[in-house]
Amino acid sequence: MTTTTFASFIKLNASSSPWIGQRSFNQRPGSSSRSPAATVSVIRAGAYSEELVKTAKTIASPGRGILAIDESNATCGKRLASIGLENTEANRQAYRQLLLTTPGLGQYISGSILFEETLFQSTTDGKKMVDCLREQNIVPGIKVDKGLVPLPGSNNESWCQGLDGLASRSAEYYNQGARFAKWRTVVSIPCGPSALAVKEAAWGLARYAAISQDNGLVPIVEPEILLDGDHSIDTTLEVAERVWAEVFYYLAENNVMFEGILLKPSMVTPGADHKEKADPETIAKYTLTMLKRRVPPAVPGIMFLSGGQSEMEATLNLHAMNQSPNPWHVSFSYARALQNSVLMAWQGRPENVEAGQKALLSRAKANSLAQLGKYSAEGESDDAKKGMFVKGYTY
Amino acid sequence: MSCYRGKYADELIANAAYIGTPGKGILAADESTGTIGKRLSSINVENVESNRRALRELLFCTPGALQYLSGVILFEETLYQKTAAGKPFVDVMKEAGVLPGIKVDKGTVELAGTNGETTTQGLDGLAQRCAQYYSAGARFAKWRAVLKIGPNEPSQLAINENANGLARYAIICQENGLVPIVEPEILVDGPHDINKCADVTERVLAACYKALNDHHVLLEGTLLKPNMVTPGSDAKKVAPEVVAEYTVRALQRTMPAAVPAVVFLSGGQSEEEATVNLNAMNQYQGKKPWSLSFSFGRALQQSTLKAWAGKEENVKKAQDAFLARCKANSEATLGKYQGGTGLSEGASESLHVKDYKY
Repeated sequence: MTTTTFASFIKLNASSSPWIGQRSFNQRPGSSSRSPAATVSVIRAGAYSEELVKTAKTIASPGRGILAIDESNATCGKRLASIGLENTEANRQAYRQLLLTTPGLGQYISGSILFEETLFQSTTDGKKMVDCLREQNIVPGIKVDKGLVPLPGSNNESWCQGLDGLASRSAEYYNQGARFAKWRTVVSIPCGPSALAVKEAAWGLARYAAISQDNGLVPIVEPEILLDGDHSIDTTLEVAERVWAEVFYYLAENNVMFEGILLKPSMVTPGADHKEKADPETIAKYTLTMLKRRVPPAVPGIMFLSGGQSEMEATLNLHAMNQSPNPWHVSFSYARALQNSVLMAWQGRPENVEAGQKALLSRAKANSLAQLGKYSAEGESDDAKKGMFVKGYTY
Repeated sequence: MSCYRGKYADELIANAAYIGTPGKGILAADESTGTIGKRLSSINVENVESNRRALRELLFCTPGALQYLSGVILFEETLYQKTAAGKPFVDVMKEAGVLPGIKVDKGTVELAGTNGETTTQGLDGLAQRCAQYYSAGARFAKWRAVLKIGPNEPSQLAINENANGLARYAIICQENGLVPIVEPEILVDGPHDINKCADVTERVLAACYKALNDHHVLLEGTLLKPNMVTPGSDAKKVAPEVVAEYTVRALQRTMPAAVPAVVFLSGGQSEEEATVNLNAMNQYQGKKPWSLSFSFGRALQQSTLKAWAGKEENVKKAQDAFLARCKANSEATLGKYQGGTGLSEGASESLHVKDYKY
């Protein structure tokens, strides 16, 4: 029996435990002493295993991180409105085009998360956005969740929708050129979080991750623990450990292959309204402690979200986390923390496109240096230091 | 709080890290009175306290051996025993920089309604016993959970029950100053291939760490004592490099970097096999943010027992055999074992006993 057939047989049986009440597939005649696949374990193998591992490793490459530009149309509208632009498809196209055609971006950016509209869009010159990315060796990614809705029976908490039809959508996105996916769910400390909310967040992520891998997309696993609240950094640590323990347990139950996923956690910081701010070294210490206690070394990359930190804060914290070797690539997946100065520089004017691109490259380079543990805050602009926390922020 | 940090937290972290010192490992000499009786009868020695004491003295007082050990797991009787000259064993160890450990479980019992699966007993009164053992000099503990691979095994019940038992044991130990060695042994018995063993090992370890996390165990103050990932005892053998790859991968997928060390059980492998496999793991190129070491019972003592045969005049020969195995395994933790050197009679002998009852 070829490795491919054996792998797909495992896939079929993966959802039912092979040893409870059923004959294990290993009990079939002649099944003993099969020689193992050379590079990737047959355990949890699917048709895309090797590609998933390769993609994840590419995104988690030294000195590079993710540019997140997957704002839904409504959210993108807020960005455009902040510089006086109307929320039209043409303006969204112009903005994303500015970002994705920035020369030299691929030196610092390994992947870019897109919204569905952008994945199927082209530039004003008729070139596909995904091709602009591919040419720069930037892996295209796609937001696949369908947003947060209230979680009944919880303490005013949310859950993330998007599993219905996810398999066929993922396959379609793969055909269009996407190679990784992203699903953002949230956990709120002021609301508890309740055991129900944590369980739902973790289980939804696990199901999404399994479906993504089944369709060739590396799942980015993002349970964002919101910055909102006046809790201490110790409380954040406790909640983060709880959430990640649950996430990894369900990922394992869903037979997700850890060598083919990426994480997008929030850093462990005090709540936005907590009386004491924490410096980058403290944030790094708490965050790394959490990661070492919860993230199996098989995971290739951890791409932090910025979640309302200022551009500079986000960069400094990342730099502090990379002062000694970690068992996983520790990098960034920033949206606001990479785009803020771009918007300021561009102001929606064609003559400012180059300035906007320059701003992007500058932030990307700063975070690239931070990933290598070599960032210096000298010469940073005031805009870069501006906090971007919005209370009760809805994405 | 995220995890439990009692008054012993710093000590637990330091001791756990020390046990994982490269070049050192654990001698598991914690055979219960019944089990040590089987060993002694295999060399025609009577199972009386003086003989049990003599055997352990032979091991612990082997000149030059203790430098290769970071810990020794003892049975309760041995914790309070002395050398013939009257020196407490725990003092012998302490002076040589070896941490005394103590087996605290009370054996396995069957889970009704399963096909011979078991859970491990010993939680009742465990806190008081741990405190006593700490006073007597113990600094780490061990609890062996057992799972088996079969057509319908391990069942989710067995996995959950054993994981929960390990987690309760672990937190009680930490409350009382003992580093818990977490041992979910998946027996090697069976015709299954290495893929099956890997799959089961990954599932079991995921459940164990979930339970440990739910019980607020301080991972930095624990150790793991797993089986290596190998084919079943009735299946075709594979090369040590394959054992290394599968085992390290299983750990990469389940064991957080916060745990400082893995101390493998030998589970019926011959002395030489166990050492060669451990060596291959330490040579394997891949992410290994924890030490990979040994906690061997049979795989350290087999040839020593044979050489001793209970006779005073054989002590030196037996100690030479023991020293050779300690040194070999020390080298294996550094990936420097050359293989086959100083093999005594019995070093290549398989130590597998079907359906082994500890």
